[in-house]
Amino acid sequence: MTAAAPEPKANMGQPVPRYDAAAKVTGRATYASDMPLDNPAYAFLVTSAIAKGRIDGFDLDDARGVRGVIDIVTHENAPKLKESKLFSNGGYAGTTIQPLKSADIAHDGEIIAVVIAESYEAAREAANRVKVSYTAVAPSASFDSPGTTTAAAKGQNSQFKEDPEVGDFAKAFDQAEVKLTASYDTPTQHHNPMELFTTSCAWMGDNLVIYEGSQYVYGLKNGVAEQLGIDADKVRVVNPYVGGGFGSRGSMTPRTAIIAGIAKRLNRPIKLVPTRDQGFTIATYRAETRHEIRLGAGRDGKLAALRHEGSEVSSRPDAYCVGGTKTTTRLYACPNVSSLVSIVRADRNTPGFMRSPPEVPYLFALESAMDELAVKLNMDPVELRRINDTTVEPIGGKPYTSRSLMACFDEAAKAFGWSQRSPQPKSMSDGDWLVGYGCAATCYPTQMAPSAARVRLQRDGRTRVEIAGHEIGTGAYTVIAQTASERLGVPLEKVAVFVGDSDLPPAPVAGGSNSTASTCSAVMMVCDQIRQRLFKAVMPGDSLADKAKETVGISQTPSTQAAKSDRPLDLDKAFDALGVGVVEEYGEWKPEGAPLDSFAAMHSGHARLVGGHSMKYKIAYAFGAEFVEVRVDRFTHEIRAPRLVGAFAAGRIMNPRTARSQLMGGLIWGMSSALLEATEIDERNARYVNDNLADYLVPVNADVPGVEVILLSEQDDHINPAGVKGLGELANVGTNAAICNAIYHATGQRIRKLPVRLENIEV
Amino acid sequence: MRPFSYQRATDPDLAVQALSAAAAANNPLTQAAAQPLAGGTTLIDLMKLDVMRPAALVDINPLASGWSAIESKGDGLRLGALAKMSDVAAHTEIQRNYPVIANSLNLAASAQLRNMATLGGNVMQRTRCSYFRDVSYENCNKRNPGSGCAAMDGVNRMHAVLGTSDQCIATYPGDFAQALIALDAMVEITGRSGTRNVPFADLHKAPGSTPDIETTLQPGELISAFSVPGRWPRSVYLKARDRQSYEFALSSAAVALDVQDGTIRDARVALGGVATVPWRAREAEALLKGQKFDDDLAQRVAAAAFADARGRQHNSFKIALGKRVVARALQQAVTMEVRS
Repeated sequence: MTAAAPEPKANMGQPVPRYDAAAKVTGRATYASDMPLDNPAYAFLVTSAIAKGRIDGFDLDDARGVRGVIDIVTHENAPKLKESKLFSNGGYAGTTIQPLKSADIAHDGEIIAVVIAESYEAAREAANRVKVSYTAVAPSASFDSPGTTTAAAKGQNSQFKEDPEVGDFAKAFDQAEVKLTASYDTPTQHHNPMELFTTSCAWMGDNLVIYEGSQYVYGLKNGVAEQLGIDADKVRVVNPYVGGGFGSRGSMTPRTAIIAGIAKRLNRPIKLVPTRDQGFTIATYRAETRHEIRLGAGRDGKLAALRHEGSEVSSRPDAYCVGGTKTTTRLYACPNVSSLVSIVRADRNTPGFMRSPPEVPYLFALESAMDELAVKLNMDPVELRRINDTTVEPIGGKPYTSRSLMACFDEAAKAFGWSQRSPQPKSMSDGDWLVGYGCAATCYPTQMAPSAARVRLQRDGRTRVEIAGHEIGTGAYTVIAQTASERLGVPLEKVAVFVGDSDLPPAPVAGGSNSTASTCSAVMMVCDQIRQRLFKAVMPGDSLADKAKETVGISQTPSTQAAKSDRPLDLDKAFDALGVGVVEEYGEWKPEGAPLDSFAAMHSGHARLVGGHSMKYKIAYAFGAEFVEVRVDRFTHEIRAPRLVGAFAAGRIMNPRTARSQLMGGLIWGMSSALLEATEIDERNARYVNDNLADYLVPVNADVPGVEVILLSEQDDHINPAGVKGLGELANVGTNAAICNAIYHATGQRIRKLPVRLENIEV
Repeated sequence: MRPFSYQRATDPDLAVQALSAAAAANNPLTQAAAQPLAGGTTLIDLMKLDVMRPAALVDINPLASGWSAIESKGDGLRLGALAKMSDVAAHTEIQRNYPVIANSLNLAASAQLRNMATLGGNVMQRTRCSYFRDVSYENCNKRNPGSGCAAMDGVNRMHAVLGTSDQCIATYPGDFAQALIALDAMVEITGRSGTRNVPFADLHKAPGSTPDIETTLQPGELISAFSVPGRWPRSVYLKARDRQSYEFALSSAAVALDVQDGTIRDARVALGGVATVPWRAREAEALLKGQKFDDDLAQRVAAAAFADARGRQHNSFKIALGKRVVARALQQAVTMEVRS
């Protein structure tokens, strides 16, 4: 694996090193828990040992006896908090299960007490000494447990409005020459970001500052304010760096308002650092899913019928679902499509966003099925995708703004050496290893959301960009700095970027891979406002006729044209002409098709994401193709994936270096998801068992000796001003199926349940 | 974690004194009030989890000057208990004459852990059973004798199929111990009345009806060294696991052979990842002695090694896997190139 940054191709920015690289590798980057607090108290959580039932009582004598204990907060004495609606129902919260409200327990590991002490150690010791007596009720753990309820997602979840369908699936499937029906399962997974689910809350009078790793500082600020019943302007969320999010920090968890409430009562800052295992139950996760796919095709490989049924586990009160049929029903040309998504309620914490929430489980099913269909047709799986490639999605007949799927397949196939594959399963080997090649398509919707930004330019070129975006490791600082540097024509090193603070102009949630498209479009727009002011100063005045034409949208004034062009600007001359030392502009950008309430919603912490399949006249996705080599030891059945090759096209690539890192991380995660990651649930008690990083397996370096990322040049002028398709969640989608398809090729065995482990192999 | 006192033992007598002083006669070693601290890679974890609650830690790292030597002299090997795993694995004579030892160490844990962890601590590493490590489960016969076993009908993919009892199915997690037991190692124990030497095979105790008693060590006793008789250049350690590094064995085999003119004169087979204690497959060894090796023999040996295995809901696969691992390890040992 080489570490060299890729050479930029057409429509790519420069692969400049990360803005925050030195700070991170030298340990200067301050994460939320690193923020100094004045005389803090420390909190440690006590979480429930049962998944369902009630607390009969606490014995706190032993715990109170620990030196340094200040208070122990339970449902009997907890600050009263207002309820919060679920994120996907227009609220801020990742769950409506509010701990410490009553003696009732709704899931394993629910917060049942908070110990406050003078030191972390004392708080932890006292928490260990808290004794709880419960009355437990037999819980429903998952799909096959007694006591679950199942209902269609449509009608329960406001973000899942329709089960996509077109044509007459039943008839077409009935008449199809070649048919496939297959079921697929994906497991429970937890994000396990390096940074734990900490929070620190400090009050100054009526003002609250929250230091917490968040993917949505405006959402968290407004959500906590709502729960505390205070004005959102009195709450500030700060996190200049976030130690990984992957969706787990997109919505508010109950811990924050609880700690804020206790800090208020105590009149002292409180720092909470939960443990790794507590992170499995006090935040969200990817729920297990089940799928049935039916494909009907002609002998020529053309799809005639497609049905995708998915079911997903959620908690008792919350109808969370990912509903990936919105993507799988639109990926290939097929005239007859039907689908159904169901939600199964169990006694679990509420699931939530996890990197490519809909696409990971649903494309695993579809792309596995496509490989199975190719086998039935005796056809190269790449050719099957080519035959069913389309420029128009079949459900609404809307054109893709751009689609480089087959170009990605061709580039990746070439780099991988796909032509060296002998198609027969179990036909390739190397010593002890059975060798298999597999591939799959990957895709992710292109999404944008309204964003504001403030930019300040000094005469000497020094620039300050302020935007409440989020550096979750993706390179947000870097691409924002590049955008300002390019638009203002100032050297990159003169650009200072400030993100991760809800006192800055609002940006959307760092989720749905919308951040680069949204924040860079906003920063571009505001930089152009600055350019326009400066151009106006050095250009002859715009005529009244020009201004009138611009107002009604017929044409642009010369200064607007100049501002939006790439025309360079002589800063000295412009500042002289304007007669000021600093120009500062604030602006609010919204994507085409954004709802009318977009800007108001943006300020109150609701991101109105548009794009993907939900636009009126078009559909926008980023695409890729992934090829993997899998090796299965014929004696131990150990499965390894020594080569992962992906080619991706995602509109303008702002920075090939940071883009490559995102995609490489995605490929590795995809492999991990296929072969390693699963949260084990004890069926008897609905509790997570392997809730630590020794037993919840993620890859180590030795597992990923070869990862190759190919960036394709693609230009798309129909998505957003930055021309960017989000790619943070693009790469880990296709890998699951590609791995299983390669395992089939290596062993002749089709495995439809993730993760694949050595005991699943029979050779 | 609960408060504890900490003292550094600057010589073995002080260490033994400090550990003995806090020992209560009827407590098993794992619950003794004073625990020795070497690399700390297991003990500190278990203290944070509240599984182990020692009142006193006796830091024995100052003894390393006398207890960490690696001595390979002709027909035997002596390893100080405080030698670091990484140092022993990197020792050229051990790599040449005892590859099973070098490999069992190299395939264990991560580079960082191998740099910290000591040989003595490694063989005393406690089980990774999730229910043992989670004190919110009351039913663990290892932690709370007589309370039951949550793993028996719980998630038990990683659990043992050999040496189990109806009280406990927790797997002994280590790798190095399989090499030691295979090679008839002796363990030198330092206690109040000086040192004693016992076969390594007698160090660990299968759970039976007392899963809380894991070894025959008494409070106040410390492992000071291991010794291995003979040389075993024809030896391998094969480890099957979910990922390529930093992961416990689902099944492993330590195999050492003495082959002369195609006939197996002596054979040692030990199993890891599948048993409650370091596991010597003596019935399997008996089948090998005096035989010429072929695949059929390998299959019979593997079957014998797992003849008494009993699987549970999620770990039955370990029986078939373990057999294949044994057979493959034997093949590798037979075919490996050995420099005389």
